[in-house]
Amino acid sequence: MPDISFESATPSYVPAAGFGDPVFGAQAAFRAVMWALSRPGRPEPLPVDLVPPAPLSAEAAAVVLALCDHETPLWLDPALAAAPEVAAFLRFHTGAPLVAEPGAARFAIVSNPLDMLDFSVFAAGSPDYPDASATLVLQLDGFTPQAPAARALRLEGPGVEGALAFAAGPLPADIAARLAGNRALFPRGVDLILTAPGAVAGLPRSVVAREA
Amino acid sequence: MSAAPDPAAPDPATPESDAAPAGPLLPELAYNFAYLDEQTKRMIRRAILKAIAIPGYQVPFAAREMPMPYGWGTGGVQVTAAVLGPDDVLKVIDQGADDTTNAVAIRGFFEKTAGVATTTRTSEASVIQTRHRIPEQPLTERQILVYQVPIPEPLRFLEPRETETRQLHALAEYGLVHVKLYEDIARHGHIATTYAYPVEVAGRYVMDPSPIPKFDNPKMDDCPALQLFGAGREKRIYAIPPHTRVRSLDFDDHPFRVQRFAEPCAMCGARGVYLDEVILDDRGGRMFVCSDTDHCETRQAEGHHGGMWGGAPGAAA
Amino acid sequence: MYVAAKGGEKAIRNAHRLLAKRRRGNPNLPDITLAQIAQQLTLAVDRVMAEGSLFDPELAALAVKQARGDLIEAIFLIRAFRTTLPRFGASRPVDTAAMLVRRRVSATFKDLPGGQLLGPTFDYTHRLLGASAGVEGQYDEVDDATDHVAVLAGAAGAGPMPRVTDLLGADGLIEPSPADAGEEPFDITRTPVTYPVDRATRLQTLARGDEGYLLALGYSTQRGFGRTHPFVGEIRFGDVEVSFFAEELGFEVSLGTLQLTECQMVTQFTGTAQAPPQFTRGYGLVFGQCERKAMSMALVERSLRWAELGEEKGAPAQDEEFVLAHSDNVQATGFVEHLKLPHYVDFQAELDLVRRMRAERAAEAGPEAFEEAAE
Repeated sequence: MPDISFESATPSYVPAAGFGDPVFGAQAAFRAVMWALSRPGRPEPLPVDLVPPAPLSAEAAAVVLALCDHETPLWLDPALAAAPEVAAFLRFHTGAPLVAEPGAARFAIVSNPLDMLDFSVFAAGSPDYPDASATLVLQLDGFTPQAPAARALRLEGPGVEGALAFAAGPLPADIAARLAGNRALFPRGVDLILTAPGAVAGLPRSVVAREA
Repeated sequence: MSAAPDPAAPDPATPESDAAPAGPLLPELAYNFAYLDEQTKRMIRRAILKAIAIPGYQVPFAAREMPMPYGWGTGGVQVTAAVLGPDDVLKVIDQGADDTTNAVAIRGFFEKTAGVATTTRTSEASVIQTRHRIPEQPLTERQILVYQVPIPEPLRFLEPRETETRQLHALAEYGLVHVKLYEDIARHGHIATTYAYPVEVAGRYVMDPSPIPKFDNPKMDDCPALQLFGAGREKRIYAIPPHTRVRSLDFDDHPFRVQRFAEPCAMCGARGVYLDEVILDDRGGRMFVCSDTDHCETRQAEGHHGGMWGGAPGAAA
Repeated sequence: MYVAAKGGEKAIRNAHRLLAKRRRGNPNLPDITLAQIAQQLTLAVDRVMAEGSLFDPELAALAVKQARGDLIEAIFLIRAFRTTLPRFGASRPVDTAAMLVRRRVSATFKDLPGGQLLGPTFDYTHRLLGASAGVEGQYDEVDDATDHVAVLAGAAGAGPMPRVTDLLGADGLIEPSPADAGEEPFDITRTPVTYPVDRATRLQTLARGDEGYLLALGYSTQRGFGRTHPFVGEIRFGDVEVSFFAEELGFEVSLGTLQLTECQMVTQFTGTAQAPPQFTRGYGLVFGQCERKAMSMALVERSLRWAELGEEKGAPAQDEEFVLAHSDNVQATGFVEHLKLPHYVDFQAELDLVRRMRAERAAEAGPEAFEEAAE
């Protein structure tokens, strides 16, 4: 019988708990995200019962735990990548490979949207497989014009009845131009899941956003 | 290096013991909520989100082998299983009816594997899985309509190769469909497509709406509910978000028109709904009744009656 | 007056009770046991394991019984069960050179190291119905060990029985097996297939493909629809060990043995001004003793490689999307059989259109012409 050492398999850091109920927690988070992307700019309630390590927010963690696994390379922005507990937490709960190259990621978490990389560094899919593209999960403070560095947008497109006013922050000052650039690639492009305390909103590539 | 097999070993496919296995061979299996394992649900959920972000585009997904035959709703069942939660109320229809055999079988599957509440009332349902119809009662914003799709590719009968049709979609090259529809007009004086009538979604992708009668096509346009489409055998998921423009393909000189029935429903007297023809005898006797059984029963309960009304359903004639 | 018929649920329940009754047959006869099926209908069980993609003779026997002997239904039962099993990863490649050989024939050489071993085969039997099969006690006692003669001889000296393609390959006379890149192969049960496909995808799809379908396609290549000049380099059937490298343990563990039929078809040679001529190969590998399937698979596999080998395309068996997309009998039977589900909503739409067009035609032609046409 060979000598088996489990030493290396034991993490030096015990990750924080994931969903209280993995099956229904994941289902509830998915449904909130599904409605958020179905109706761009209309925030959906996202109750969460997990406490991830900072600076990862509970809402962003819930979205990623619900959707990511070993099949989805995951990219973390520099602030998240600088916290080893965040990587350990995500690796433990999702098994997703963490990638340093944003272009290789299927999901990306952006904790600091003001310093967000240009969308063009992420996968936008190909003309015949536009679904092979990245989904960006952004951590925001709120979906009101009063949120810090809030930007006001006017949205149209699939999922929007007529037109809709939407505000969220913090977002880069040129967010409308970035979204327009993304829309110009349609059907290629990236999709945005915006999280804020207790809520989630979606800006899929199909949305037409203008500065309000 | 592993040891070479022992040549004297018994043949594993033909165990030497001739005793029949005692009792059940397998332990009673416990399946996950809504049958699918969590990894599969995540994979389907990701496909659904991409489908919503690219309205009308067919997202490939790794459809699983389900305990029901391909072509019998495996795609719709997988989509429903991936979205369903414990608080949902599920309605399942086939041909518009809740009591058709396949609808009964699929509803039973989710009652057994997810324990969710089920209903036949369109207004009470949060998730409606359908084959071949859209309910008559307008859907509302919190509802999800899941279509079972046999052939998701609207160009399939014009070009059988996936390698080719994928290119046509990438280039938004839809001339073929228009040629086909126009050939019908030249030959028959009509567009001869009466169901699975192609639509253009949000001004970009041409999409197969599943084999619903074209009568139902207008209900897809600007619909407040979320429409999800699952094709299990063909391994594709696609979607129409709420309030999305869905245009049935047509021509200026041959605008899209839906079927009108000359008579009202013989049971509830409804007009402007889709009717099934029921043959009553072998002397040409026939009647027309609502295909949407919930709509018909609701109307009857409200006191609307057609010419053949014979009392509440299930009561003695 | 009309009252809508209800009771789909009750009808389904009754139908399934009838099914159970017919499955059991005459209750005065003894119930067939799973062991009897596994022992006496071995080739049915093998086919169910092969196309069900799950090596478990007892479960396959159960499926054959539950399916009343309908093998495609049994394959479907196994597939639906298989899909619920957790996936731990990919096994190490099995080594068919180290097979405990129960049958091995080569059509390309009269004799070869390890010899020819007929094993349990229908070949050379006289197909005379009822001669001895099924009659109690009417078989010769054969020592099972005679099945293993070659390996026992090999064990004394020459080591594992070499594959004919290895013997040819040593002289460079046949194209080498593609190198193992060490990557986890594409898994057709976990990822949707897109065309064109790689070798692993092609082989997996064919390995679970319908035997009859592949037989017909393979046969078509012999009749000239994409001819490949095949020779059976070797067919071998026997037991191989399957092992798994457990990452968390850091070493390889044996999972047990399974039975495989492997067919190496030696086919049409290639060669250019730069490269000397050498034979090509078509490959078939199937669970259990499924020789017809392994041979058909090898023929079709070879035909699908036309582009890579610079051949002309034109035959059905060379059409990758056509061949692979229609090979799965669980998919095929589901979709063909779904036509018996109600379609009356769509039919009503067609009926209405046809009636309308007939009425318009009649009106255009006038009543006289209509009468004439009706005669």
